[in-house]
Amino acid sequence: MRITCPYCGERDRREFYYRGAAVDLDRPAPDADEAAWDDFVYQRENPAGPTRELWYHEGGCGAWIVVTRNTMTHEMIDVQLASEAQE
Amino acid sequence: MRIDGKGLIDRTQSIPFVFDGVGYSGYSGDTLASALLANGVRLMGRSFKYHRPRGVLTAGSEEPNALVTVGAGAAQEPNVRATMQEIYPGLDAHSQNRWPSLNFDVMGINDLAAPFLGAGFYYKTFMWPKSFWEKLYEPVIRRAAGLGALSGQDNPDKYESAYAFCDLLIIGAGPAGLMAALVAGRAGADVILADENSRVGGRLLAESYEVDGKPGPVWVDEVLAELASMDNVRIMTRTTVAGAYDQGTFAALERVLHHTDRRPNGAPLETYWRIVAKRSVLAAGALERPVAFRNNDRPGIMTAGAVRAYLNRWGVRPGRNVTIFGNTDDIHRTARDLLDAGVHVAAVIDSRHDAPLSDDYEVLRGAQVCGTAGRKGLEAITVRRASGEDRIHTDCLAMTGGWNPSVHLTCHMNGRPTWRREIEAFVPTPDAVPGMITAGACNGSFSTFACLHEGISAAESSLSELGLKAPKVAVPEAEDTPYVISQLWAVPGKGRAWLDFQNDVTVKDVKQAATENFRSVEHVKRYTTQGMATDQGKNSNVAALAVLADATGRGIPETGTTTFRPPYAPIAIAALGAGAEGAGFKPQRFTTSHKATAARKAPMIEAGLWYRPSYFPKDGETTWRQSCDREVNMVRQTVGVCDVSTLGKIDIQGPDAGAFLDFVYTNMFSTLKVGRTRYGLMLREDGFVMDDGTTARLGETHYLMTTTTAAAGEVMKHLEFVHQGLRPDLDVSFTSVTEQWAQFAVAGPKSRELLNDLLDTPIDDESWPFMACGPISVLGVQGRLFRISFSGEHAYEIAVPARYGASLFDILTKKAEALGGGLYGMEALNVLRIEKGFITHSEIHGRTTAYDIGMGRMVSQKKDCIGKTMSERPGLEEPGRERLVGLKPIGESRELLAGAHLYKEEAEPVRTNDQGYVTSVCYSPTLETMLGVGFLADGPDRYGEVVKMVDHLRGVTTLCEVVNPVFFDPEGGRVRG
Amino acid sequence: MRFSGLRVLKEGLTGNKGWTPHWREPEPKSEYDIVIIGGGGHGLSTAYYLAKEYGLTNIAVLEKGYIGGGNIGRNTTIVRANYFLQGNSEFYSHSLKLWEGLEEDLNYNVMHSQRGIINLFHSDGQRDAAARRGNMMISQGDDAILLNRDELKKMVPYLNFDDLRFPLYGGLYHPRGGTARHDAVAWGYARGADQRGVDLIQNCEVTGIDIENGAVRGVQTSRGPIRAKKVAMVAAGRSGQVAAMAEMRLPIESHVLQAFVTEGLKPCIDHVVTFGMGHFYISQSDKGGLVFGGDLDFYASYAARGNLPTVESVMEAGMALMPMIGKARVLRSWGGIMDMSPDGSPIIDKTDIEGLYLNCGWNYGGFKAVPGSGNVFAHLIATDRYHENATGFRLDRFRTGRGIIDEEGKGSQHNLH
Repeated sequence: MRITCPYCGERDRREFYYRGAAVDLDRPAPDADEAAWDDFVYQRENPAGPTRELWYHEGGCGAWIVVTRNTMTHEMIDVQLASEAQE
Repeated sequence: MRIDGKGLIDRTQSIPFVFDGVGYSGYSGDTLASALLANGVRLMGRSFKYHRPRGVLTAGSEEPNALVTVGAGAAQEPNVRATMQEIYPGLDAHSQNRWPSLNFDVMGINDLAAPFLGAGFYYKTFMWPKSFWEKLYEPVIRRAAGLGALSGQDNPDKYESAYAFCDLLIIGAGPAGLMAALVAGRAGADVILADENSRVGGRLLAESYEVDGKPGPVWVDEVLAELASMDNVRIMTRTTVAGAYDQGTFAALERVLHHTDRRPNGAPLETYWRIVAKRSVLAAGALERPVAFRNNDRPGIMTAGAVRAYLNRWGVRPGRNVTIFGNTDDIHRTARDLLDAGVHVAAVIDSRHDAPLSDDYEVLRGAQVCGTAGRKGLEAITVRRASGEDRIHTDCLAMTGGWNPSVHLTCHMNGRPTWRREIEAFVPTPDAVPGMITAGACNGSFSTFACLHEGISAAESSLSELGLKAPKVAVPEAEDTPYVISQLWAVPGKGRAWLDFQNDVTVKDVKQAATENFRSVEHVKRYTTQGMATDQGKNSNVAALAVLADATGRGIPETGTTTFRPPYAPIAIAALGAGAEGAGFKPQRFTTSHKATAARKAPMIEAGLWYRPSYFPKDGETTWRQSCDREVNMVRQTVGVCDVSTLGKIDIQGPDAGAFLDFVYTNMFSTLKVGRTRYGLMLREDGFVMDDGTTARLGETHYLMTTTTAAAGEVMKHLEFVHQGLRPDLDVSFTSVTEQWAQFAVAGPKSRELLNDLLDTPIDDESWPFMACGPISVLGVQGRLFRISFSGEHAYEIAVPARYGASLFDILTKKAEALGGGLYGMEALNVLRIEKGFITHSEIHGRTTAYDIGMGRMVSQKKDCIGKTMSERPGLEEPGRERLVGLKPIGESRELLAGAHLYKEEAEPVRTNDQGYVTSVCYSPTLETMLGVGFLADGPDRYGEVVKMVDHLRGVTTLCEVVNPVFFDPEGGRVRG
Repeated sequence: MRFSGLRVLKEGLTGNKGWTPHWREPEPKSEYDIVIIGGGGHGLSTAYYLAKEYGLTNIAVLEKGYIGGGNIGRNTTIVRANYFLQGNSEFYSHSLKLWEGLEEDLNYNVMHSQRGIINLFHSDGQRDAAARRGNMMISQGDDAILLNRDELKKMVPYLNFDDLRFPLYGGLYHPRGGTARHDAVAWGYARGADQRGVDLIQNCEVTGIDIENGAVRGVQTSRGPIRAKKVAMVAAGRSGQVAAMAEMRLPIESHVLQAFVTEGLKPCIDHVVTFGMGHFYISQSDKGGLVFGGDLDFYASYAARGNLPTVESVMEAGMALMPMIGKARVLRSWGGIMDMSPDGSPIIDKTDIEGLYLNCGWNYGGFKAVPGSGNVFAHLIATDRYHENATGFRLDRFRTGRGIIDEEGKGSQHNLH
């Protein structure tokens, strides 16, 4: 598996750490309701198909990136920096 | 049994080898199988279940019968395919899965019991009495099962793993692969051409074809010479591409030295390659199918393609009196090759009613072989025709049921093959593996011309996708005979007709499975073990599913295949895990004091990837406790020195550093004064404690965070995530400086005295109060000093650039010893911290909250932080939670054990009465008792209560008083003193 | 038909002509009392216990492929009860007891082999954690023995006692742990359920869940609509998609877990051995193949196949721990899709929709849970009350923070369990 880091180019998956769904970027306000926090921390869309997820170029430049990837085929569709990816 | 003048072997080089203790000789270029056949040896193995005598079936890696063990002693290698093992002087091979000998195998009795050992019999019996499964049935079954044996000793051979990158990976170097390589090579692409055989050429080495007007092998050598002259083409023989993975990654195994007993310069036996290719061409050829008929498994019965290979490539006469059976024109090709070589052909049995006739040999049209005779070697076959059955004497039967394209790699990424009716076989589904094009026989194109042609066009397409220009290459002249086949899977009749030779799965077994309603192809596989042998069904799956389709009234495409999984051919664990033996398993991290520590004979223990000293034994000390107690007393009374460099150190800088730390720590850091240090608690976003440590403010925009040794990497990732993912607006950056600084704890009442002996400017309580930090100059070296304590004593941590670590450690050690102190290790450090009730990851083990560890008030109410909201969930703050307490033994037993559980004094020690558990214990030389910390339901509300510690495993029950976890100096006077 | 050695003998003597289908192949009826979505191990055992223990037989198990085709058909076959947290401990203990009577109960040899499991530890801290676990196992009524290094060496001398990167301190031995023939478990339950009247419907994909006024009414399938009073979702690996038909979102992320088997070998490993420092576990099947696995691939996937980095890390762990297996050749690798939950523990619960039940989130550990899971889920479906050994697997535990069962202590990141 190969991932294209926006800074470093295409690299082996071994250089990257996987965190999970990119919902982790959408942190609710501290006083948001229980459901909002439950959704943020625990509940997952978990699609069978394209999904946005967080990877960390741990063995490289240290960038957190948002990878759009197909969970059925492992096709890499898009990559962007997490710092620029917030919706 | 060798034919003069035939074959690609070097007859000038005679090679002696041994099989089952008998010496034979072969020639350079022989495989064990070809050499044994040339020596008239037909019996080479025994089947898995019935222990039937077996000979070689094929000439390739798919061989199911002729599996042998090579070598003896620690390096013995089981389950080697005799068809792939090249002979070398001194090769020592043994048959396997037989006792006492290949010729007389006691387990052959299974064959007589076959009626009771059919498909899935074991699911229906061996159930009574219950305890007999582990005691009797299973041990007997296990001993009978299995093929070869491991030596049981550590593998002495060397293996390597390696990476390779290319524009175009070509898998298979037969006519299609060679042409593809030629075109791509001439175009200047970086090409890897891999073939599992010892020489390139594929079927051109095994057939009597001409290409471009020359004998096939001659044409192959010419192409090879041109490819070898190209710097951009890498030819990898003896290399099996075994798996296709995501984004153009392939696994391949190179059998580097299996063909020789020499190991020059420690070269590896095998190399496991990870090949990353921008594009790939699969030219893996096809595998021939046997036909199922009664007793079709006798030694001497081979695939027709194997017979031609032994004849043409190795010059071996496969029998004196050969018969041929099948359903394609290959049988006639086989007959012609045999006759040309002067081998007698007894009969050609063509199942097709419209089969071509020949002037040179008799063709039995529309006939089928329906039985054979000769237990340890074929003696005769029975042929069924409309007119009746005839017995024909023969010692070799060449059979073909057609060819299966090697679609395997195209199915490794969830692809399913497509059934092509005209050739009665599955072919690759296009684009099943991104970037891969299939060419030649693996694509269902069987003529030599078609292979050459598709090799060229596959290369052209790949080059165009790579943005390279393809040179014009004409297709060489070659045979282009059409492939005409009629269905022939299983000859009807009584008796057992084998599908999966190794696993002894017969047509009857598949039919019985269908009767029992195992109708899915996966069910049949799992119920009968069809296709689960070492060939993974390469020889048998298609025929088996044809039989199943017939039994269930479905077509073959609707029946479908089982899943093709990597590896294409089995790979040794040692190759895939190369380099991991011993210390090679994980990196080793050493502190700057490692050598000095080792010199003092301190036992080292692992701390993550680091090594740290357990204790420093002194003369006369015979147990670790003696050393530990002494070191604890030393720190409490004089001064101790301990390397703490393994703790994570993260340098944090930027105008928003304070604001950032406020967000990742539960407590405030923006208010921390420059030159001061503060203990910080960090939560995960789910509200549980992640890590703790001290963070120093070195400047207005400059902090230095310490983490625990275990969590350094996790915390670094976390900080980067919180910054980049959640707060990219904050101007702050992080650098791990763990290895840049050597840091030593100097702890004890005489710690300042020691330091002032070294510091270029002495310190005092006023200039360096508790929790102070800042730059210092130590013996002329710029360093840092932190007045922090993990022992409860007046203590410091002094840091210098790592290159000065070793010498500072030596100096600190000497100075400490001069003051009556010295070094202390992890055992003493642990005692010191337990006495003070300080926590480690034994307590913050991922399931505890700030509230649980008594630090609920450290979660600042003035601000938000990571984990704060979730830590306020009702379940994380309510009564009943297990919370941190101290434990002191009070009863007859004074022993405390970490891992023991806590119960009410009078309660039975069963799960439903469980109240908590002990996390850390020590003997405190200071308080002269054992101490424990642990978690107890509502613990802090129960100080003074007596609870029962029970350790079932070690048979210890101890009554304990629940106390405040700070056992020693609760007022903290010593740390400030 | 009752299976026995005598039966095998009799059939063998009469040409094996008398064998009959293990289960029927019924057409789906238009209505059932209970529809179970998912014909894997958990779905089949749920149906079996509903029929056997609650006399409920008007049940359909709907399977989109073939029965037993999910993770029960692609695991490393380990059966154990060695958990240390309340909630898990009593459940797996319950499940192991069911395993111990399973062959007699099902009249099917699932080859449950109590050969013992050894969890290795490599530091004082790991020993303490192992002790905490072992003490919980014993206090639950299960068995555990703490082995020191010498005792360990006697049992498994082939481990690397010389120069392992993380030296062996000892092991936690669980004698009642072991393995079973995974496919047979599915078939045994399927046959048992079928014999009691449950309809097993293969090649029947559920495409919708019908809900009216907050109550379930039935399902839509590739073979037509089916009405049902109760619907149970037991579709590990596809839990999210099934729940989405009821407009539910789950605390689940799907990950691929690879496993491996070698060519057949004569007996060389007699126990199940697990290597915590390397995420590696191994046993030898009765056929002789070494069956082993390691950690997840760590990225979300429904592809049921993995990649090389995990393959290598598993093999490296194997070579580090037991160099004698080096010349065993990996014959086949495969991947299963794991429902990874945020505390590593499963969910067996009712939902907010009346008559709709949920069983998911088994992480790595679903195989050994098959008897227990079906048993307690059947209890919940039949009685609407939690089984006494499965009160902790609540869907709302993450929202409330009550009763989170995090054995690994890794928190809410799904792939860390």
